[in-house]
Amino acid sequence: MDVDLPDGVTAIVNDHCPTCALVAPVLDALAATGHLAVVREDDDAGLELAWRLGVDTVPTLVRGQGGAEVERIVGWHRGQWESLIGVTGLGADLPDQRPGCGSYVVDPGRASQLAVRFGGSVIRSRRIEVAELEDEIEAAYDRGWSDGLPVVPPTEIRVMRMLDGTTRAPDEIVAVIPPDLVECTVEKVAVNAVLAGCRPEYLPVVLTAVEAACTDEFNAHGLLATTYFSGPVVMVNGPVRQAIGMNSGVNALGQGNRANATIGRALQLVIRNVGGGRPGEVDRATLGNPGKYTFCFAEDEEGSPWEALSVERGLPPGQSAVTLFAGEGVRGVVDQLSRDPESLARSFAACLRTVAHPKLPMAFDAVLVVSPEHGRVFREAGWSKARLREELDSLLLLDGAELIKGAGGMTEGIPEGLAGVQLPKFRPGGLLIVHAGGGAGLFSAIIGGWASGAVGSQPVTREVGT
Amino acid sequence: MSRILVDPTSERSPGVRQRVARPSSLDGLTVGLLDITKARGDVFLDRLADLLAERGLTVRRYAKPTFTKPAPVDLRHEIATQCDVVIEALAD
Repeated sequence: MDVDLPDGVTAIVNDHCPTCALVAPVLDALAATGHLAVVREDDDAGLELAWRLGVDTVPTLVRGQGGAEVERIVGWHRGQWESLIGVTGLGADLPDQRPGCGSYVVDPGRASQLAVRFGGSVIRSRRIEVAELEDEIEAAYDRGWSDGLPVVPPTEIRVMRMLDGTTRAPDEIVAVIPPDLVECTVEKVAVNAVLAGCRPEYLPVVLTAVEAACTDEFNAHGLLATTYFSGPVVMVNGPVRQAIGMNSGVNALGQGNRANATIGRALQLVIRNVGGGRPGEVDRATLGNPGKYTFCFAEDEEGSPWEALSVERGLPPGQSAVTLFAGEGVRGVVDQLSRDPESLARSFAACLRTVAHPKLPMAFDAVLVVSPEHGRVFREAGWSKARLREELDSLLLLDGAELIKGAGGMTEGIPEGLAGVQLPKFRPGGLLIVHAGGGAGLFSAIIGGWASGAVGSQPVTREVGT
Repeated sequence: MSRILVDPTSERSPGVRQRVARPSSLDGLTVGLLDITKARGDVFLDRLADLLAERGLTVRRYAKPTFTKPAPVDLRHEIATQCDVVIEALAD
């Protein structure tokens, strides 16, 4: 950082520090004899100098030479001060040493404020001026930045604080966002994370979700443009869940948790604002679903009878990860009576068969969210996730005769020539199983997918970085 | 004092929003007259105000602080919220 430090010794103090008050007579005397200059953080110029020097403690003594810092002492320490200044007998009535206090520069939230104020802002995005009598939230609506709910106004300070949540450079390209195929920087993701209401520590998860969504496999473009119900569903694994306070328990798929609510929303706002994907334009959904505002939750790995979704999908245990799924709404699976895994698996299969339509095989993926009370049935019976999959695969091998056009009195169905074959409900890899939910309730959930596989969307799992 | 927000979009659209379409009739509308403060622009606008008032229209008057700079964002917001159409006079 550019610092214009005068030659000689400069003492940086502030008015709220008892150590500064203790040494004030010493400093006054040294200033009077020209041995040093005293700079107060309580003045703008002093605060700017402290910020530019990265001072974290007061009093701090720095020696400048040729405009650059060559030596620094933090707190009061008689011997060190005498050595730096070249004067002996300082503060004879004071203790030998006394630690300093926190600089204003390190007050919570102050760094980003000072960065904007003193010109250190790294933000490159266009600035939008809002009139004094114009409400900021209304201004965001007027400019089309909202999904329908109020957004947090993206001030420079909020964006700077958001960028503190990642180690990545603000100008790094994260992904190319459909439908307009716009290169999106870390900074633009941060601005939209502010809009969504994210805290800075959520940003790495949002960045990963954006990256995962904008892959050829996930196909965010098609998912946006489709007339189908679906939107991106974000499932989070690993230690980041606890680190940012995500909900995987009671009401995990519902409202009320800031991280769950705002991470999913931030992804959708990136697609809207950066990608230009708006309902009624490229988004042609016939009905849509409420999850298109936001749909993000964490897996309850600790309470799960099985390995985590991210581990099943190839990542090491303990690795934070995001899995993107092109999902529609949530449908319930009620089974309050089954106490053996065979019976419960049959209930799951019967409900899973209805995804999209009971007569349509291999066309739509699904996520099965197994709740704790249902999970307990499999744990107590010693069923692994693979064992459950095997059972479901077998139960969901459907007779073509039941699926063909006209069967069951329904014209919807597969070509009549397939009457003699058996077809799986889900393509290989098309059924994801996760564990989440509150401790009470013999209910699980199914999140139906969109057109699956290479012709539509495939689930994508990515490691969460910093 | 105006405030600054950071643009969350791809910045492919102009930062200044587009004008609304011209109305087919002025009946029942509020007309803003914006004097850019060039000399004698007020003479022209005074006459326009008389003519519009004779037609029963509501007229509101505004002026830029200086013709050398764009209208301040607060003034633009005031006009946009108070008027349906605006006539800006340039004179010398």
